[in-house]
Amino acid sequence: MSSKGKILVAMSGGVDSSVAAVLLQREGYEVTGVTLKLWGGPSDTGCCSVSDVTDARRVADHLGIEHHVFNFGDEFESHVVVPYVRSHASGLTPNPCIECNRYLKFDKLIRRANALGFDLIATGHHARIIECANGVRIGRGADSSKDQSYVLYMLNQQQLQQLKLPLGEMEKTEVREIAALMDLRVADKPDSQDVCFISNAKGSRRRFLEQRIDLTPAKVLDKDSRPVGEVDSLEMVTIGQRKGLGLSGQGAPKYAVDIDVEHATVTVGQRSELFCMATKVKDLCWVGEPYLVNVDVQTSAHGQTAPASVSSTVDWVEPHVKVAPGQSLVFYDGDLVVGSAIAT
Amino acid sequence: MNGKVIYLDNAASVPTRQEAIDAMLSVLEHCYGNPSGAHKMAREARRLIDNARDTLSFGLGCDPKEVIFTGGGTEADNLAIFGVHGSRNGTVVASMTEHHAVLAPVEQLGGKFVRVHPDGSLDLDHLAEVVDENVSLVSIGLVNGETGVIQDLKKVAEIVRSQAPDALLHTDAVQAFPWLDVASLAQPADLISIAGHKFGSPKGVGVLVIREGIDISPVQLGGGQELGKRSGTQNTAAIVAMAAAAAVTTAEREETVERISVLRDFLADKLQEIPESYETGVAIHGGKVDRSNKIAGSCHFCFEGIESEALLFMLEQENILASAASSCTSGAQDPSHVLAAMGYSRKLAGGSLRLSLGHLTTNQDVNTAIEMVPKFIESLRKTGS
Repeated sequence: MSSKGKILVAMSGGVDSSVAAVLLQREGYEVTGVTLKLWGGPSDTGCCSVSDVTDARRVADHLGIEHHVFNFGDEFESHVVVPYVRSHASGLTPNPCIECNRYLKFDKLIRRANALGFDLIATGHHARIIECANGVRIGRGADSSKDQSYVLYMLNQQQLQQLKLPLGEMEKTEVREIAALMDLRVADKPDSQDVCFISNAKGSRRRFLEQRIDLTPAKVLDKDSRPVGEVDSLEMVTIGQRKGLGLSGQGAPKYAVDIDVEHATVTVGQRSELFCMATKVKDLCWVGEPYLVNVDVQTSAHGQTAPASVSSTVDWVEPHVKVAPGQSLVFYDGDLVVGSAIAT
Repeated sequence: MNGKVIYLDNAASVPTRQEAIDAMLSVLEHCYGNPSGAHKMAREARRLIDNARDTLSFGLGCDPKEVIFTGGGTEADNLAIFGVHGSRNGTVVASMTEHHAVLAPVEQLGGKFVRVHPDGSLDLDHLAEVVDENVSLVSIGLVNGETGVIQDLKKVAEIVRSQAPDALLHTDAVQAFPWLDVASLAQPADLISIAGHKFGSPKGVGVLVIREGIDISPVQLGGGQELGKRSGTQNTAAIVAMAAAAAVTTAEREETVERISVLRDFLADKLQEIPESYETGVAIHGGKVDRSNKIAGSCHFCFEGIESEALLFMLEQENILASAASSCTSGAQDPSHVLAAMGYSRKLAGGSLRLSLGHLTTNQDVNTAIEMVPKFIESLRKTGS
């Protein structure tokens, strides 16, 4: 079988990217694996720890493909970690996976791959690349419970032309079956966590932020601006949060409905006060022509969608839970990603 | 490994010497007795280790009883630093450009670090500032692993002896042994580390020279082997192999240095022609590059506008094996603390290339590197990656 071309597969050491490598090899590509070292020294945890690199290397060896490690630590720090911390410091809710995809996996890595003579790159994301009349688009993966199109909305035409997502048509169970059939050591490895540079242990996020910024104590106010409690770090509070506001036992559950960084206050209210009819946005962008009709809007990586019309604001058809400033809103037409914006 | 490779990573590890392989196989096959035992095969193993100790003491300019076998260079460095600190307390001091095997123990003990000049040589004025009577150990490597820069231990010792008469001087001579007469250049040191695989033995075996009369507290306790300073059954085969490699390295050293320094100069002069290239650890006198302060096998550059990883990848596609800074455990290239200490920006240091020649390097190897390196750098600069 003649080679279909040289492809560089980003292998995190997890089951998805391992199976992606298997599938591309079967299709007849000349596959090289690469693990990105993004974070951490001796105490690293998450998707680029030494043990994950070892898993990726052992899988590559099992498949008989070359494996390399690229250290993108400096770029990860400047494009992902620093903005993450800065977002928290300004009372925003960041999504570091999106920034990592934007600057590392689909910019830096593609440029590196091109320089090294690769035609294409691939990842193990559950999403589809769909040919449309006016170009290629990102669409939802076949396994809706694992769909990752939300974190890939930023991919442009040029990037999509050079990208393969071999798992797009697959259910996660099929992925694990293939891994088991191929006797891959990662067949039963648990799915990765959300923020790869912060461990899942209780209090880790706080400890991480504490090392980089001064956490600000804040007053908790009711909607009439009367103090009802205190939190020791404003930066840890997210819109919609109920726990950790120091209000347990004070009647009906209260939710964080507003965060004022300047005055160091968190306003709480009833669940009903969490809802809004419109969300202010910035960085609004459409893949093709703007949609004048309603689109389905998703506001978090694994959230439900809700219909809305999009102009300079996102106007919800039904009342919608407030979107934490800093979160991405991704617009869908059916399974197709058609646009995006950032909540302000 | 498939096919012929052009091996220019001798500072990381050199090709195993045939003499070492032969010696090792013979021990593995015929002399597997425990050298601490009493019967005749055990005694034979012990005799082989004693012979190896004699050979290494010759190469290191010390008495055989001062040779303590360890499980490699890192262990030797750790034993020197933790061993001295354990028996004397006090402050430990190292240069900022030491190998991590020295840096990490010194950091853990809250020690102090001495700066280097932009050419990699130790800032002796700063050393004099840092060293006082509270200092118990000063650790200065004889040759730097990344840049190949040689330190003058005689001058270091003068400062240490006058400012802190009770302090000990340790040198990590791991990179020095293939190229320099360690016996004479490390003479001022009280403790000397070497690692066998840098001169042709298998990995996982090394020596710490501990001059007679120096009391160190062992890091590893057990059966009291190696004069109680390093317990654990000796790795007879590796020790014997290391001695065989040391003997042939010492015998051939002068000739190797002469041949390789010519090749290295030829290579480095060609790489100097690449625009925006910076050769580390050298001095320029009257437009001529002076590499006299580097070991003969070291050719180390920083290139503006490229990333080492990409360059190394391309070189590997042509079967040229080299490296940049020290490799981390995952196999990625980590930013160099050595270049940072020499004042190179993180960005420029990210474009470093270490081509380290060895006793087997040929003219053809160097010619291929001269053909490929400038070409790849140009291509990477064009693509901006």
